[in-house]
Amino acid sequence: MTDQTLPIPASEPARRKPASRHVIGWLQAAPLALVLAVFLVAPIVMIVVVSFWGATEFSIYPAFQFDNYAFLFGSDVTYRVFANTFKYALITWIFTLLIGFTVAYFLAFHVRSLTWQIALFLLCTIPFWTSNIIRMISWIPFLGREGLANSTLLSWGVIDAPLEWLLFSDFSVILAFVHLYTLFMVVPIFNTMMRIDKSLIEAAADAGATGWQTLWHVIIPLTKPGIMIGTIFVVTLVMGDFITVRFMSGSQSANVGRMIQNDVGLLQYPSAAATAVILLITVLLVIGILLRFVDIRKEL
Amino acid sequence: MEPRPRSFYVLATFFVLFLAFLYGPTITIAILSFQGPSGGLTFPMRGTSLHWFRDLFEQQAVGDIWGSFSRSLVLGLMVMVTTVVVSIMGGLAFRKRFAGSGVLFYLIITSLVIPSILVSLGVGLIWSQAGLNVHWSTSGFGAQLTWTLPFGLLIMFAVFNRFDPSFEEAAHDLGASPWQTIRHVVLPIIAPSLIGVALFGFTLSYDEFARSLLTSGSYNTLPLEIFGMTTNVTTPVIFALGTLTTLFSFIVIGIFLLIVWLTDRRRKRSGSDAGKGLV
Repeated sequence: MTDQTLPIPASEPARRKPASRHVIGWLQAAPLALVLAVFLVAPIVMIVVVSFWGATEFSIYPAFQFDNYAFLFGSDVTYRVFANTFKYALITWIFTLLIGFTVAYFLAFHVRSLTWQIALFLLCTIPFWTSNIIRMISWIPFLGREGLANSTLLSWGVIDAPLEWLLFSDFSVILAFVHLYTLFMVVPIFNTMMRIDKSLIEAAADAGATGWQTLWHVIIPLTKPGIMIGTIFVVTLVMGDFITVRFMSGSQSANVGRMIQNDVGLLQYPSAAATAVILLITVLLVIGILLRFVDIRKEL
Repeated sequence: MEPRPRSFYVLATFFVLFLAFLYGPTITIAILSFQGPSGGLTFPMRGTSLHWFRDLFEQQAVGDIWGSFSRSLVLGLMVMVTTVVVSIMGGLAFRKRFAGSGVLFYLIITSLVIPSILVSLGVGLIWSQAGLNVHWSTSGFGAQLTWTLPFGLLIMFAVFNRFDPSFEEAAHDLGASPWQTIRHVVLPIIAPSLIGVALFGFTLSYDEFARSLLTSGSYNTLPLEIFGMTTNVTTPVIFALGTLTTLFSFIVIGIFLLIVWLTDRRRKRSGSDAGKGLV
């Protein structure tokens, strides 16, 4: 890794010998490195190791066998569940992108005072700091069989009987995903948009571009890094989720996270670990593809 | 000022609808938590009362709410302090471009994007194979740090990217030791961002679910307790609890934002005007 590609420019005055720079750097980074080693690297290693272990009904034992993977790849369920996971990720991505982009665009280009921009932006981000579980629960009065949506539609005469698919269905799962994760799109897109030089937009207008042309040929290309970062957030959060699917589908749909959680519930840790390894590889592949479009380190 | 284009009104309407979508459900359960004693989980309201709030405070039939709340509070504070300290040190370290910092940077990103259940499962497995009991203050604490630290560090990276090194040079020229420079120059300058890091550290920990699930042991944190309730509680008491804990989150967020605003204002008022006359 060369110096130019590091996230942080050497903004500290260089007055020490290089050797002590590395030593002090590592001393300062030691707590961080320690936490990541124990609670990130070691768990991943552990999962990879355990994915080759065997399990009885009550316990797991060390081994080196490919049974868990063989079973995983030999089962139709695996492919269906993975396909379902991708489906959730794709649909959620489309909605969060469209909504997030529009919201960020409004904030960045149509709200004129900085104070208002910050205030409205905060309003969009505050739910991020509250409980996801509560935010899921709060859909019950809306979507339930006797919920607001059904009773409103009934009273308007749009439907004759309550819609059953509003709650505990793919619909409610995706609705909850969009509800929970759109702000992960809004924040990075707004952040990139705020850095766009406003004179570029004036230039486009002066050159005769319509509003749509400016949007398509100027703003969207310049916003791409923000879109990519938002995409990475949304896709990884949805692909790794298990609780939203569990709660909002009423255990009727499955994704990979649910599969892992099921195995854990049955104490089949090696099988859960094998699924987790495949999930991790899948997520990293997706991120790897997305990172080809953006250099995260430049965006900080 | 030129008149607003028509697109402004279209987008403003969209924005308002988005906010309604964002906050509507929360407001709804806040209203429903005032259901009368015979009311259910949906409208209509059967009278209004504080019945369900009283339930929370009186009987313990709904689980160990106050115990789990105090655990979440303590854990949130532990995670907050650790996140702030480790993020500052990490932020300072990364400015030195020490050998291996690239690897560490990618680990931070991995920590952010890794599916939470892997952390939960992996930490749980390590603890059980080591013959230890998972506990919220040890394994749970560490698992949550893998979620809060990336946010703290990314904020620190953004801060130090915009940090003017001439302040430090000036301090150094005036004879300040490295520690004095950090204590009296760097820290005061980055203070508002540190409040932001603290906000992330506390709230993300307080609401964390997935990474705590297999790492917290037999004593639940509040989100785990609430999730447990969803499977067996079918009265508005769960809305009352949801309303209270959301309110608590709002108060915490409000306090943090107020501190940021106050420090910012104080700095503007009492800050030096040196250099301003030059431009």
